[in-house]
Amino acid sequence: MTKPSQLLEDMGFSIQTCMQCGTCTGSCPSGTYTSLNTRRIVQSARRDKDVLNDDDLWMCTTCYTCQERCPRGIKIVDAILGLRTEAVRNGIMLPEHRKVSQMVISKGHAVPINDDSITKRLQLGLDELPANVHKFPEALEQVKKLLESTGFVELIAEEDSK
Amino acid sequence: MKNLSIFLGCIVPNRYPGIEKATKLVLDKLGIDWSDLNGASCCPAPGVFRSFDKASWLALATRNIALSEAMDRDVLTVCNGCYGSLSDANHEMKNDPKLAKATNKHLAGIDMEFKGTSDVRHIVEFFYEELGVEGVRDKVTQPLDLKVAVHYGCHLIKPSKERGFGSVEKPTFFDELVEATGATSVDYADKMACCGAGGGVRSALLDKSLDMAEHKFKKITEAGADVIVNACPFCHLQLDYGQIEVKEKNGNEYAIPVLHYMQLLALAMGYSPEDIGLDMNFIKAGNILEAKV
Ligand code: SF4
Ligand code: SF4
Repeated sequence: MTKPSQLLEDMGFSIQTCMQCGTCTGSCPSGTYTSLNTRRIVQSARRDKDVLNDDDLWMCTTCYTCQERCPRGIKIVDAILGLRTEAVRNGIMLPEHRKVSQMVISKGHAVPINDDSITKRLQLGLDELPANVHKFPEALEQVKKLLESTGFVELIAEEDSK
Repeated sequence: MKNLSIFLGCIVPNRYPGIEKATKLVLDKLGIDWSDLNGASCCPAPGVFRSFDKASWLALATRNIALSEAMDRDVLTVCNGCYGSLSDANHEMKNDPKLAKATNKHLAGIDMEFKGTSDVRHIVEFFYEELGVEGVRDKVTQPLDLKVAVHYGCHLIKPSKERGFGSVEKPTFFDELVEATGATSVDYADKMACCGAGGGVRSALLDKSLDMAEHKFKKITEAGADVIVNACPFCHLQLDYGQIEVKEKNGNEYAIPVLHYMQLLALAMGYSPEDIGLDMNFIKAGNILEAKV
């Protein structure tokens, strides 16, 4: 496995310029309520610690406040997203995220239609089914084919079913 | 500028159809030529799918854009997340030939191709640029006497390099559009703070996600706002249904009605709360709006 520092370097993120000022951590809305410490993630990646298995990776809401404020212009959030990608490639993924991914593969939407919403649509005078893949089965087939083609279906499959 | 296709995403048509209705009513009233984007899928959500696998995120997003290209229309989004995904994807496809080639290879498998002929717009940005604040004010027939807590939502303005709307710490364009309806935008502490839903946090770590939302509920209540207005259905869900979830979690009760900007504008153009599904929200708007509208 590529070392985290090298990995981020390869993706074009210059985390080595971090001066550990903590502006990112101080700006983080998630860190107030979770264990997420943005500065520490950057530090861990620099020191090649096992950040891919760090739960904090998944606590970032991608609000981009830290990235906007970083005095060194480090693309912190993009780097966190890059680390997530590598984690997923290594089979590390929260079960809820696997589920929502499977939802997109099977229904074409992360939040698919339900009966309650159909009732509301009809009350509003809208079509029963919205004009998305729900109404066009051939479009859903396209989505499935596309996600097969990119390897997403296999990537998201449960470890034991691979 | 081309005519528009409306990209609704997941949450609007599948959970909050009142926002879909309001959007279509408003566009009709303004005489803007729009069409449904038939066969669209999940955008797919930027903070989640892009981080899982960029090639898949890009392929799916590009398919949605290509659908609009085939109709010779620009894509109009009503959601910060959809906007983030589609405008970033559009930008990358137009500017990175290698990436475009790889993505088009996947699309060829479903007989589609990205050509780079359409733009992606966000409804707030679109109104601000194309109609302007005065243009919106001109269309108001029923000025609203409401104190509004404006929630921009992170991805409308950030990352600022990609969005280019100027100040991310103290933007004003959305407040100006809100005030064009006659409403007053009230300042509140941590106004630019995240609602807590993004990045897959709501889906996987609901409890923590709600703590972030509750922080906003507290500040907005302290500021004495009548309603929250947003431009993103995922924030809308978090801020509306989130109040119910917070109550279940710790008993703290908030009762701040939540409106998408299209719903606020529809009210100001004379539509009733029922016309645009406000009574379908989890937090009922009834009393506040009846007194004020
Ligand atoms: S704000 Fe930037 S320089 Fe400061 S600690 Fe965070 S990443 Fe490092
Ligand atoms: S983008 Fe993530 S890490 Fe940065 S401030 Fe927001 S929640 Fe914290």
